[in-house]
Amino acid sequence: MKLTGSQMVIECLLKEGVHTIFGYPGGAILPFYQTLPQYPQLRHILVRHEQGATHAADGFSRATGKIGVAVATSGPGATNMVTGLATALMDSSPLIAITGQVARSAIGKDAFQETDVTGVTMPVTKHNYLVMDAKDIPRIMREAFYIAQTGRPGPVLIDIPKDVQQELAEFVWPEIVDLAGYKPLSEVPHAQVKKAAELINESHRPLILAGHGVTISGAFHELRELAEKAQIPVVTTLLGISSFPESHVLHVGMPGMHGTAYANYAIDSADVLIAIGMRFDDRVTGKLSEFAPHAKVIHIDIDPAEIGKNIKVDVPIVGDVKPVLKAMLPSIAKKTHTEWVSQISLWRKEHPLHLRDTKGIQQQYVIQKIQEVTKGNGIIVTGVGQHQMWAAQYFKSDMPGTFISSGGLGTMGFEVPAAMGAQVGRPDMTVWSIAGDGGFQMTMSELGTMAQEKIPVKFAIMNNGYLGMVRQWQEVFYQKQYVATPLFNPDFVKLAEAYGMLGLRVTEKSEVIPAIKAAMNYPGPVLVDFRVVEDDNVFPMIAPGTSVKQMIEEKESLVAMEDPPEASS
Amino acid sequence: MKISTQRTITALVEDKPGVLNRVTSLFRRRGFNIGSLAVGPSEIPNLSRLTFIVDPGPGDVEQVTKQLLKLIDVIKVVDVTDSETVTREMALVKVKAEATSRSEIIQIIEIFRADILDVSPESIILEVTGDSKKVDAIIELLRGFGIMEVMRTGLVAMTRGKLGPLTSSHHNGTSPKGD
Repeated sequence: MKLTGSQMVIECLLKEGVHTIFGYPGGAILPFYQTLPQYPQLRHILVRHEQGATHAADGFSRATGKIGVAVATSGPGATNMVTGLATALMDSSPLIAITGQVARSAIGKDAFQETDVTGVTMPVTKHNYLVMDAKDIPRIMREAFYIAQTGRPGPVLIDIPKDVQQELAEFVWPEIVDLAGYKPLSEVPHAQVKKAAELINESHRPLILAGHGVTISGAFHELRELAEKAQIPVVTTLLGISSFPESHVLHVGMPGMHGTAYANYAIDSADVLIAIGMRFDDRVTGKLSEFAPHAKVIHIDIDPAEIGKNIKVDVPIVGDVKPVLKAMLPSIAKKTHTEWVSQISLWRKEHPLHLRDTKGIQQQYVIQKIQEVTKGNGIIVTGVGQHQMWAAQYFKSDMPGTFISSGGLGTMGFEVPAAMGAQVGRPDMTVWSIAGDGGFQMTMSELGTMAQEKIPVKFAIMNNGYLGMVRQWQEVFYQKQYVATPLFNPDFVKLAEAYGMLGLRVTEKSEVIPAIKAAMNYPGPVLVDFRVVEDDNVFPMIAPGTSVKQMIEEKESLVAMEDPPEASS
Repeated sequence: MKISTQRTITALVEDKPGVLNRVTSLFRRRGFNIGSLAVGPSEIPNLSRLTFIVDPGPGDVEQVTKQLLKLIDVIKVVDVTDSETVTREMALVKVKAEATSRSEIIQIIEIFRADILDVSPESIILEVTGDSKKVDAIIELLRGFGIMEVMRTGLVAMTRGKLGPLTSSHHNGTSPKGD
């Protein structure tokens, strides 16, 4: 059967189980758009900016475990996607981006809206394609979906010239994908797994570092079984949050720069670290030479390039977390580790996260109350900055995949379109976007999309009139020289109303819970403008290039830091 | 004497547009200079073989080879620096050759078993093949006569013995060499 290139793209999307795409039309992608009416079963959501399309597709992927798809035109449409692609690549999120390109005869001639998109996106995609023949579309689409979702997931971009979208060719769907250079399905390395089990069985102070790989692999039960069987405490990284129930007695919190003191003490004292689907990011390790000084390291990761990249590994295990843990469990001895577990509990008592009793509204307080009202039965999508760290510290999630955040790239503005995508993917759940007043304004144009498509995201804007995390760094590392951090903000309630959304403003602590409830009872999208205290800082804090030994626990201790380390990043 | 930090890396890649770009981009990203690069068809249809010499300085070449393996179009990467290899490169050298110096130049060419490809009243073009040291040496000797142009192909390398670099899978292990 002969189809146009555009028809083939859509046929392939449907065969891959895609029902929703996020996109923005333009000249070079119009043949695709004009084909959409032939396929009413495919829902297209018109975003307001192509960056929004990619973050929405990313949020959709993370909330559902399925794959998000974003569509844009050539040139500026495609370049607007770069941030979203880079965000997805850093956080191993599967995503398909389809971009229009100028006609084949115009490529390389600086045609209107022409950009070398495969060239531009090469470093921010797992792989990309320029389709020069319509008959290649089914194979390329099949490969793209396969590459995006297998191994270490990531974004794949397909650039299709306008005339290829119009070209007729025979539609041949390849049943299997065979790529000589990409064989992600690896056997469990049993010898290594056995070595790891022996090391764990001999350990006295074992500690699990659980990362995003646990969630991607769907290994919640295996992780829990491992932790419970040998009584191993579990630290969850920023993207590992919700991969292990936070209410569990063995959960120790988040490690690293703004992790809990007790999580960092545990890493500092552990004799065996079991790193599962995480990559020892610099925000986790701090100064490498002082990280986990007493620990032998077992590192389980599907990406061989992550093993030994940042820290020396004693037992490397390249593989998918779930089958690896499954294979390991029978060799794990039952243990109690009473002394170790109670030592961590003691640290937790001595160095808890605590809220000062302020008159004004603290962001932590709002996050706690959202937690209480949703009863953990919601999805949290954060931006980047102070509110993100407080959300990581205070939102206690027991359900897998309910904490969504831009970890690796740290993309401000992620919280608006990603929450939209998460809500589209999970209409059955309440989605709260915990937004900074800075990041929100980077992508707030997507309110228009949500109003148009009736996507009922609840926005909690942490409005302190500052770029809070940058201001905190200026306070700690730059002698309180506040440059370019105060914000003039619009009237967010009026803004919501301008879009036909419900807007609420909260200025008193007593109004926090009623506002959260009102937002959740309202059927459409809601924006709550929380006027939070201006000058709060995130603690604990381990400055870049330092270790747990220089951890700052309280605001007062800042004064004691006579010689602040040079802020390297 | 300065110890060389140069690494010789070979790769087997899909013969597709953009592959070279993907490969070299990973070195660029780390700031590694590529000293020489040779590309050509391999014994397998639709696959090309690359040899490149990079100087990572104090940088970590192992991390780059691991990243190279992650490229979909890259099938195999081997750092052959510490393996037993035979290496060759070819150079074309145009050297000034007046009547008075010509016979001396021809002597040098003969010693190096190089070939004369072209003779004109003022110059000679010669072809020399060998490992990089040999090519360096003849260029050095001819320098006094006046070298007008040098064109080198870049080194190609092949490991000795019967096991070729395609004999093991690579996505399964942790060794960057994959074998």
